[in-house]
This record gives sequence, C-alpha cells and structure tokens, in this order.
Amino acid sequence: MASAEIDVKYVAHLARLALTPEEEKSLGAQLGSILGYIEKLRELDVTGVEPTAHAVPMVNVTRADEIRASLSHEDALRNAPRQANGLFIVPKIVE
Amino acid sequence: MLNQLTISELMAKLAKREVSAREATQACLDQIARVDGKIHAFISYNAADALAQADAADKLISSGAKNSLLGVPIAIKDVLAVKNQPLNCASKILGNFTSTYDATAIEKLKAAGAIIFGRLNMDEFAMGSSTENSAFGLTRNPWDVTRIPGGSSGGSAAAVAADECIASLGTDTGGSIRQPAALCGCVGLKPTYGRISRYGLVAFASSLDQIGPFTKDVRDSAILLGVMSGVDPRDSTSVPEPVPNYANALDGKIRGMKLGLPKEYMIGGLDAEVKAAVDAAVKQYEKLGAEIVEISLPHTDYAVATYYIIATAEASANLARFDGIRYGARVEGNDPIELYSKTRGAGFGAEVKRRIILGTYVLSSGYHDAYYLHAQKVRTLIRNDFLKAFEKVDAIVTPTTPTAAFKAGEKSGDPLQMYLSDIFTISCNLAGIPGISLPCGFTKNPKLPIGLQLLGQPFGEESLLKLAHAYEQATPWHREKAGL
Repeated sequence: MASAEIDVKYVAHLARLALTPEEEKSLGAQLGSILGYIEKLRELDVTGVEPTAHAVPMVNVTRADEIRASLSHEDALRNAPRQANGLFIVPKIVE
Repeated sequence: MLNQLTISELMAKLAKREVSAREATQACLDQIARVDGKIHAFISYNAADALAQADAADKLISSGAKNSLLGVPIAIKDVLAVKNQPLNCASKILGNFTSTYDATAIEKLKAAGAIIFGRLNMDEFAMGSSTENSAFGLTRNPWDVTRIPGGSSGGSAAAVAADECIASLGTDTGGSIRQPAALCGCVGLKPTYGRISRYGLVAFASSLDQIGPFTKDVRDSAILLGVMSGVDPRDSTSVPEPVPNYANALDGKIRGMKLGLPKEYMIGGLDAEVKAAVDAAVKQYEKLGAEIVEISLPHTDYAVATYYIIATAEASANLARFDGIRYGARVEGNDPIELYSKTRGAGFGAEVKRRIILGTYVLSSGYHDAYYLHAQKVRTLIRNDFLKAFEKVDAIVTPTTPTAAFKAGEKSGDPLQMYLSDIFTISCNLAGIPGISLPCGFTKNPKLPIGLQLLGQPFGEESLLKLAHAYEQATPWHREKAGL
C-alpha cells in the first residue's frame, strides 16, 4: 500500500474543490491520521481474492429500448442557478 | 395522543372512523410546535400541505378506500426526492432546490395513501454519525438534549422518538439508520442491498446506500418494508426477488432458531451497561427458545478502514455532479473550472470536503490499486465471513453501538474517533445484508436508550423481523417514551 503522505493541494485540484489555507492545513493533518489507520489493511494477504464492487452481483441489467417520458425542459431548468432562452448559462469556454 | 400511535394502531382507529387523518396529522404538527424548538429534527415542513393531504385521505377513507397506509403521516430524511418539496441533503450547495419528481420509495408510500411531510435533518450528504455536520444546525437527542441523536439520519430518529410523526424514512450507508435508531430508542431497519429502489435517493456511496424505515415498533417496520420493496426499472441495482408479506412472519415462533454471537464484537471500547443489556437480551432469546451459537467474523477489525476507502471513493465520484451549473447554488468564476471550485469550496461543509479529498486520493493515478482495489478485495473477505456464518445461524446478534448517545461536540473534533463509533454497523453495508436495531434497555444515569442489532442473510428480512418482534413483545423497552 502507498505511503500515508497526501498532497492536499493537488488532490483538491483534481476534485475541483477550492480550499482555504487553513482548510488545507487541517485536512492534511486529519487525513494523515485517517490514512495511518487505513494502513492496517496492508496486514491482509488478498492474493487470489476477487474484488467486490456490489454485494449483490448482477450483470447486464437492461430495459426495453422504448421511448418513455422524461423530465420536461421546464423541469430540467427549474433549479438552474442561471438560465436564458431555455439554456444553462456558463462562463465563456472557447476563446 | 394520536401522534404517539404506531402505524397499525392508527390504521385501526382510522378504519373504525374513531379518528380522522386530519386529527392525526394535526397532532403531529402540534407536537412539532411543542418540542421541535428543543430537538430540531425538522429542517422544514409545510403544515398546510400536510393537512391538505390529510383531508384528501379522509375523503378517500369515507368513500371506502382501504390503501394500506391511507392517512398515516410519515416524515422524510432530507436526502430523498419528494415532488415539489425542497431537497437540500442538509447542505448549502443545493441552494433552493425543489424536487421535480418522487423517489420510487416515496411514490410507493404515496400510492399506499401515506401523508408525506417534512424534511428531516441529517449529516450533510449523509456523512456523519451525529447530525452535527448539518448546514441547518444540530439535532438533539429527545432523551437528553445535551446529546447527539446519532447520524446520519438523526432527524429521522429524533422525530419518531419525540412522536413528531408516526414513522419516518432514513438511509443507511454505514449504519445511518441503525445507529441513530439505537441512540434514540426506536426501531430502524436497513434492508438488503437492492431490496428497495434507490431511485430518487441522492447518492452518497452507491454500492452501500439503502433506504429504510424508522418506526415505534417492529410491526410497523415490517409494514413499511413491504410497501417500499421490489424491483424498479429505474434502479438497475434493485433486485427482482419476490416481496413477501413481512407482517405475516411476526408469529413469535422462534423456537429452534439459531442466533450467532460474534466473538470479535466484544471489544475493549464496549460500554459496560451496553454489554450488560445485550447479554440480557441474549438470555431473553434463550428463554424464548432460540439457540445461541458462538461464531467468528475474523475480518471485523478491518471493516472501518475498508469502508472509509470504498465509501469515500464512491462519494467523490457521486458528488462531482454538484458543480453549480445545472442546479443548486453557484459562485461565479472567470471560467468553468474556477466556477466549479469556488462553488464546491463554498457549498460543501468540512466533513464532505474531507471525504471528497480522501475519496479522490484513493482513486487517483498510482493509488487506485493500492487503496481502492485492495479495499474491494477485503470487502470480499468481510462478505465471505458473513456468508460462512449464515451456514450455521439464522441471524447474528450484536450491540448496535459501543456506547449510548455521546455529548454534542464530544467527537466532532476527531474524525477518526467519530468513524470508529460505527464499528458494529459498517460491516453489514459492505456485505450487503439486512440489519435491524431495536431497543434493548437503558443506561441508568442519565437514562439513555441502548440498541440491539440483528443481522440477517441476504433477503432474510422475514427471519430478522420475526426475531426482532419476538424479543420486542417479551420486553417493555419499546413502550418507554422520552420525557420531553
């Protein structure tokens, strides 16, 4: 298992999460102790053990390929923080 | 007092026209007005809407309708979508969000005639064990308002314990139904993974989350489970197992049933009064004719660590959707990345940030196999422990929590200590099995509820409820009320 060091600033960037310097500091210390605790899983030999992603394994759950009702345009935009002309408004992406 | 009734008691009175749904709903609203200032179980509720639903139910009752929950007021954890009601997950990031559709579990309760009212407080995004991580303030334990109600479904447990509703819904990812039920003295059931559709439940950890009821007795738990269970084409992880009439299983016939006692659960941190209450419950089961068998769940000690890798990894992915673009609150930025980061930085609370960072880290390049994949393999070992135990026993009996309710603020500064308070409930979610917590006594001074946990085989809810009901009927605990 990997070392219990964590680059909070880098991981916060991956998670698109703005942190204050105080948050970075306290998260670093807390996560260090949590990762230290998690290290105990290293004690276990899991050679040949299959991973469990879901406790009740089911594969290829499909439904009939039929048209059915979905959210209306109005409902989809109902909770939008900014909208205009039936669209979500976002900052400019393309130069 | 109508608000103190169980579902089955209220249904009997409604059927005989002794009371109306409006009177029952008004009794709940009156109780909220009287006590919710002290315990703050509700984030919000709409009294006029609840009474309008009650009037509609009364009309149906007088026209002869016999739906199984017609006129029963049920309150909902703020993580489940109820059409046209607010949904915040006790977080700032959802802003003024209003649900545009019903969760499947809610749809089924409505179809059965229930009055769906109120948004119950919780730890933000169901992350926590004390309901201290809510952006809407603390919920307090009805038995002692200086103490926490447990979490994350603390509002759901407190509202039922304080008789502010007839029953409530919560969700359980690592104990978030059973732990608060134990600490507030009510019955909390986490069904088998896949038993109840998760459609309309805001996802925390998709492979662990389940919806379940908080009730005043085991019969009500069986009733609500029956209404909400079943496969749903909108949740591909819901399982097409037949849904039995769970209430029929409550016949008290537990003679010869085998109960496993895991030796790994008798840990150092187990409070003496909790241990004494659970020991007495085990003796009671022997008296009722059950056979007690010592069993071993050898990977118990690894469950909390496994959980905090898997649950945070799934959470970091699930919570990526809260980005300030399509719904909820937004903090503007010069480009989309800045907008996402600022919105999420301002919108999420400390515990949610902690788990997003941990989850992102264990999934990040170079660490995925060492943490996430490794934890998924340990999860297999934990699940196999249970499946092996169930070759010998019908159910497993444990304490629900190592201690009774702790004081507000006692553990909030130390996340790891808070995580370890879930030690008896977490394995159940990793294994995907059902679990129930029911009252099994009280501490002396102060008087606080103690919970007994029963864990069952996958889709073994009938045996679980039968065992829980037999114990409940032989003991006085579930009839005790918090002195608010």
